[in-house]
Amino acid sequence: MEKRNFFAVLFFAVVAVFLVYMALMMHSFGNPGDAEMDQYIIDNTQAETGANNGVTAVVFDYRGFDTLGEATVLFTAVAGVVLAFRRLKK
Amino acid sequence: MITFNIPFIAVVGLILVGLITVVFKRNLIKIVIGITLIESGVNLFLITLGYRQGSIAPIYSSSPGGIMSLPVPQALTLTSIVIGVAVLALMVSFIIHIYKLYGTLDASKIRGDEE
Amino acid sequence: MSGMSKIVKTISSIAFPFVTIYGLYIIAHGHLTPGGGFQGGAIVASGCAMILVAYGSVWAMKKVKEKHLSVIESTGAIVFIGTALLGLTFGAVFFKNFLYDGGMIFGEIPVIGSTIANINTGGVIPIMNFAVGLKVIAGLFAIVLVMTYATSKKGGE
Repeated sequence: MEKRNFFAVLFFAVVAVFLVYMALMMHSFGNPGDAEMDQYIIDNTQAETGANNGVTAVVFDYRGFDTLGEATVLFTAVAGVVLAFRRLKK
Repeated sequence: MITFNIPFIAVVGLILVGLITVVFKRNLIKIVIGITLIESGVNLFLITLGYRQGSIAPIYSSSPGGIMSLPVPQALTLTSIVIGVAVLALMVSFIIHIYKLYGTLDASKIRGDEE
Repeated sequence: MSGMSKIVKTISSIAFPFVTIYGLYIIAHGHLTPGGGFQGGAIVASGCAMILVAYGSVWAMKKVKEKHLSVIESTGAIVFIGTALLGLTFGAVFFKNFLYDGGMIFGEIPVIGSTIANINTGGVIPIMNFAVGLKVIAGLFAIVLVMTYATSKKGGE
């Protein structure tokens, strides 16, 4: 037990130092730098898709394939939960 | 250079609290709560990456003029939230089965550690 | 689990249609205001969960079997994939927006700039919103119903 406790503290210390160093070295909040793809999407959403909502146009039109993958994950989770509580008929 | 931004420090705080709960606690339900905290921290990090200074939401109907924030990180966060819900549902259903089989919710007793 | 008292049953029966209409409004206007399929589906599913808590899971399992929820969820998935494949046959690209500027339903072009919104725009996007909304409603309600029925006295052994 003492050995496992020591390794747990060591692992947590390493990850904590890494995360805090990352938080202090990030770019300043509010300047994401060069964003060419997003600027193109903001300029051409109304002309190309005909929707007034930028986020919905990205989710269903520019990146519809990711939404297909997410619908599959939701279906798999529901199938797994219903399968886990099945009653076998006697 | 060292910048002092509050949103990124809040993200790291959330992830560290979740990590403490996953590594050092023994009750199974507390471990699941820690996993949910880590996922919330990561979703917050995705959203704060796409903010422009003084911008409005990317909606075009009757919007006041101005620059708009980036819409792609918000779309990816939507997917991540739904996947978090799906994983949480599966974990809780397995905890119910473990409790019926072993009679206890202590992770070290289920694993069979000696005292 | 058993239901709650008569006051809780009455009040939740009164509040349930309003919550459903609000959720369907957010699904339907997904391409004009913030919202969409996933958000509106979560709202309607939480309204259904309120009914489940008020009336008890044994009563709810007698009314709604898992087969009906499975049919609703599969319908949503088939409409979603069918619309994407129709984009393949009409426009030669998977997920193409083939109803945009087409003259059929949802085919108008919106005015560029910030004006009042028109629901007749959007192309393929409102159809996909409804499909994903159905899928999320049926999926989340099935998870909650199966879990509470299996841990009650009558359902689980």
